[in-house]
Amino acid sequence: MKLSTLLGFSAWLSAGFCFFFAAQGKPESTEPASVYAELEKAPAKYRDKTNPLAKDKDAVPAGKVLFEEHCEECHGESALGTKKAPSLRAQEVQSAAPGSVFWILTNGVVRKGMPVWSKLPEPQRWQLVTYVQSLGPAEALENKPPAKP
Amino acid sequence: MNVSRILPCARLVSIALALLACASALKGQENPYIVAYDHNLEEPGNLEVEYFSTFGTQRDGPNFHAFWSEFEYGATAWWTTELYLDGQTTFGGSSVYTGFRWENRVRPLKNEHWINPVLYVEFEDTNGADKIMKEVEGHDVESDFLTPNAVARREQNREVELKLILSSNYKGWNFTENTLAVKNLSNEPWEFGYALGASRPLTMKGAAQKCNFCLQHFIAGVEMYGGLGDRCSFGLRNTSHYLAPGLAWNLPSGWTFRIEPTFGLNGNSHQFLLRWGASYEFSGFGQKVSQLFKGKSE
Repeated sequence: MKLSTLLGFSAWLSAGFCFFFAAQGKPESTEPASVYAELEKAPAKYRDKTNPLAKDKDAVPAGKVLFEEHCEECHGESALGTKKAPSLRAQEVQSAAPGSVFWILTNGVVRKGMPVWSKLPEPQRWQLVTYVQSLGPAEALENKPPAKP
Repeated sequence: MNVSRILPCARLVSIALALLACASALKGQENPYIVAYDHNLEEPGNLEVEYFSTFGTQRDGPNFHAFWSEFEYGATAWWTTELYLDGQTTFGGSSVYTGFRWENRVRPLKNEHWINPVLYVEFEDTNGADKIMKEVEGHDVESDFLTPNAVARREQNREVELKLILSSNYKGWNFTENTLAVKNLSNEPWEFGYALGASRPLTMKGAAQKCNFCLQHFIAGVEMYGGLGDRCSFGLRNTSHYLAPGLAWNLPSGWTFRIEPTFGLNGNSHQFLLRWGASYEFSGFGQKVSQLFKGKSE
């Protein structure tokens, strides 16, 4: 490979990586009002869906395993939120229609950094919804005032 | 050996290893496809390091083992970028580095639809000895691989490849259809190809306990791919086609293993290819790197 090609490629790659990492450094908006408002965008046909696994005794433990595998990294332990993603223990999520939470999982909020999880089969997404909504409301770690010294 | 040249490289490698050690594993849910793409992109900030290998039979010549590494990074939730480094060993011949590829996949639509388009752009700079068969295009045929490495590596191919990926998830199944157009940047006509795939996890529900061998971690599928000629002679004449059943095993620890025996469907195709791959997904890689350049965050 010619040196000029190699240099050009390196410059191209470096510029690209700087851009990506700059984008990573800029946190996607996790302001509760803007994030939780996404739930209201769920179409009626999703919102009105009933959770087919609501009474399945395995849905909560299975949802917990799935949560730990796919969601905990961003939403934090016990779903209390991190800098990357909001708390799922907020009242807005806990009292939302299960179908709305399912819709968010299926479609993601791509422009705000939440990936699409349609690659998980529907029953696994419902198991996740069941687990998340079984946790109950709690104050997000991110919203807690700093402890006084 | 020039030590002053080696030291910065060694430093970069140690930084990269430290970042990988800091980043935790996130468990992916990868389909078994090796050639076809679906619309699921890498999670933002995650880096997936992959190794793939193809053992290929060759009529009238020595068999070969082609291999490549992929570094797949989720730049955003709608954009994944990937760097490939390719190599190849021809049995009884030599082992050669055959080039690199840089691909980008962009998801133009916000929401999930019945059919989800993804736009794919790749630049590749490979030599004629490249045998990874990451795509089959134009009039690619088995006899192209008969040229000895020493001669084939002198041929340089700089190509731009465009793909339209149309993929759907329905009741646990994934169906994907890729059409591709490749332009060698020298004065050669556009070449075309296709890849089709279908896959499904072995069970739909998640297990109530963590386990490596639960059926939910296995995804079985099949893909078919081949060339469609070029702008001057579009069609199936003098093209090769393959059918490949495959299995992916997504371990909760972050590892994914894939295996795909591949069968040639006509006289122009290699009779048999055995393809396999291993990958590991590091979550939060982008954040670790950005923290490194910004200093300590709060």
